[in-house]
Amino acid sequence: MERLRVQELEAQCIEEAPPACTATCPIHLDARGMMEFVRKGDIPGGFGIVARFLPFPSIISRICDHPCELLCKRAEAGEAVRINDIERACVDHGYKASALPRAQRAQRKKHVAVVGAGLSGLTAAVDLAVKGHEVTVFEAKSRTFDRIREWRRPPLPASLIETDLVQLGTLGITVQTNTVVGAGGMSFRSLADGFDAAYLGLGSRSVADLALDLELDAEGRIVIDPLTFATSHPQIFAGGCHRYGPAVYSPITSVHDGRYAAMSIDRMFQGASLSANRETQGPYPTRLYTKTSDYAPLPAVVPADLHAGFTAAEAVAEATRCFPCHCLECVKVCDFLAHHGSYPKRYIREIYNNDCIVMGAHKANRMANTCSLCGLCSAVCPEHLPMGDFCLEARQSMVLRGKMQPSFHDFALRDMAFSTGDAFALARHQPGTTSSAALFFPGCQLSASSSDHVAAAYAYLRQRLPGGVGLMLGCCGAPAHWGGEEGLFRSALQSLEDEWERMGRPKIITACSSCYRVFKDHRPDFPVTSLWTLFEEIGLPPARKAPPSGPLAIHDPCTTRDEADVQRSVRALLDRIGVASQDIGDPGLTSCCGFGGLMSFVNPDVADKTIDRRARESDADYVTYCAMCRDNFARRGKRALHVLDLVFGTEDDPAAREDPGFSSRQENRARLKARLLREVWGEIPADEGEGPSPLPRLFIDPGVRALAEKRLILESDMRGVIRHAETSGVKILNRETGHFVASHQPAAVTYWVEYSPRGEGFAVHNVYSHRMSLGKEPSS
Amino acid sequence: MSGEKAPPPRLICGKCDQELSMGKVTLAYMGNSFEVELLRCPQCHLVFVPEELATGKMQQVELALEEK
Repeated sequence: MERLRVQELEAQCIEEAPPACTATCPIHLDARGMMEFVRKGDIPGGFGIVARFLPFPSIISRICDHPCELLCKRAEAGEAVRINDIERACVDHGYKASALPRAQRAQRKKHVAVVGAGLSGLTAAVDLAVKGHEVTVFEAKSRTFDRIREWRRPPLPASLIETDLVQLGTLGITVQTNTVVGAGGMSFRSLADGFDAAYLGLGSRSVADLALDLELDAEGRIVIDPLTFATSHPQIFAGGCHRYGPAVYSPITSVHDGRYAAMSIDRMFQGASLSANRETQGPYPTRLYTKTSDYAPLPAVVPADLHAGFTAAEAVAEATRCFPCHCLECVKVCDFLAHHGSYPKRYIREIYNNDCIVMGAHKANRMANTCSLCGLCSAVCPEHLPMGDFCLEARQSMVLRGKMQPSFHDFALRDMAFSTGDAFALARHQPGTTSSAALFFPGCQLSASSSDHVAAAYAYLRQRLPGGVGLMLGCCGAPAHWGGEEGLFRSALQSLEDEWERMGRPKIITACSSCYRVFKDHRPDFPVTSLWTLFEEIGLPPARKAPPSGPLAIHDPCTTRDEADVQRSVRALLDRIGVASQDIGDPGLTSCCGFGGLMSFVNPDVADKTIDRRARESDADYVTYCAMCRDNFARRGKRALHVLDLVFGTEDDPAAREDPGFSSRQENRARLKARLLREVWGEIPADEGEGPSPLPRLFIDPGVRALAEKRLILESDMRGVIRHAETSGVKILNRETGHFVASHQPAAVTYWVEYSPRGEGFAVHNVYSHRMSLGKEPSS
Repeated sequence: MSGEKAPPPRLICGKCDQELSMGKVTLAYMGNSFEVELLRCPQCHLVFVPEELATGKMQQVELALEEK
């Protein structure tokens, strides 16, 4: 995996972008973090955040011009959260001096002069003192915070100012009042030469009369770099309302100037670049997306006593209105993404690190292999981050490096081998013809689930379409593709393509939306059409059963999410059949049934959650047009039927049909092939398929059958063990139960069966398996 | 402690008619191998892997080795 591409993908995930309040705040106060404390009733915790960002919390929480509230997303659902009032409540009800920052030890302690004891100057003084520098403040007036002491909207109690000023002493900052710098006072030269650096926070007036040896603009104000706060003198920095005034006075902008000028001064001391990595300094638009329509509108909490501000309880109530802002659009719709407790940016990093480590446990293997690859995350992502593509790349990389865990996809790949092997695969022209205008490709899972429907559909197509309709049974290779086995996938597709060429490149009609998707994505030259679109064109045969009376909810398979035409055809067919149907949400945002990406083999619990979530979305019976979707719903107890049940079905209640299970799936495929060979081509199949069941005959209780299904053990595996035991005599007798237990290792997996003779066959009492070999490992 | 653990069921090798007894057995997976004590036929060394072992410890070790 390429590091640069990984970084690009990580950057596409916006969950770690700050909420609008923080991005808009000139000093990026973590308002969302503060809200999270306060909503839990932890107001001192909220104060901890306030004190971490605000140099003078008592003062600023009362006079801040709070631009954060202008862009608060809550305004789209009610009113903006009263962030500033909550800040004030944190100070009023949660103040503790111990939360204020302490001075660190500077590696190289410097002496800095600050001129002007207003908000910007004293902010710079505090920040530099916290960095461990020695700071002396010069103020022309007789007192600090001269301007703020005159604050009248509403007045600021002097006691609050005194509370905040204690911090100056704690940090060892020296303040010299009644000290003018420049003409008539302390000379500019003594400032420039006597200190390692200086910050000027001089107020908005012209300084032309002060004889400062700095570049001034036409109005007599110092020329200041708005990013670094540098002046024409390399050691002297300036800011505050001298820079942005005098038309407005913004306390929080003054704090911003003092803070970032202090950062420049510290960078200068360290010999670091003044301008690097400051793109997000000051207010900026955030990339974070928050879906506010998910929230009911709520008005702001109003303090009972406006003058006193929020009580603690009122602050908690107001903080509870904060959503808080997150994106997590993908996590909200995907059980796989929710399962791991985080979001794609973190997952991408974990999977990439997992890909890079050589020694040690690859903890993210299962994560990368759990994704259903359905693409819903990308469809709902404001930035369309393709998480599924990334998980697939990770799998391909695992396979290439020989690091794919054998237990993940082994069963599904063997099932695919069954479908591409002689037991199922078939490619024939219509009997009596030597060419095919069209080729029916029903797909392996419809054949496994509803082989009668496949036979009926093929008969109908032969009857309705001119020019010969060939049949191809097999597998499109999707399981190999999903498992990251690109080589196997390519060769499966190539075999299909070779057969298709041999048959004269006929039009391909597929009844499986996964096959359809695979062909469209990987063989765009295949002339492929869905059976549903074709049925819409040629019409339907008369139904054998009346359609169900109640409305059906349409589950569109996830592979049709971008196939609006196919979805529309299915709706047209349902109309024609005369069944009332309804969508489940937006068909363009349909979700996976848990089979996609082989999720159900790698992480069955997450797959079950995925299907259960979908099953809950409507109380109506579901109708779908993917056999795996239908069978998965059935497996989880959701009544569901396949569109073909409505066209060719003869059952009274097809929505109650059980999931056939893995063993029957293979058997159904083999029987379908044998049946079609016999019924359509008049051939007697050699030994597989229909006729008497394969020997020995097994009697399996439903409980054991369910256990075998869960443990991915097929009836043919059980039969193999018993046949091996009974012919070789290699078996163990349990004297207490009278049962035999025997094992057999046909390939990678060793199967164990506990059984006893019954009639002309055997009763199976228990089955289990392991992948470890007894004795030496067979060389692969 | 009351209630001794029940003695293991008497398992007889179908071929040798011998009762299985504990013995050293090698298990191998993904290029790693280790010796464990399992019930086996003293004569032909046919091994019995109980269900709890296969679906418990063995599976854990298999997954741990797969993740390496």
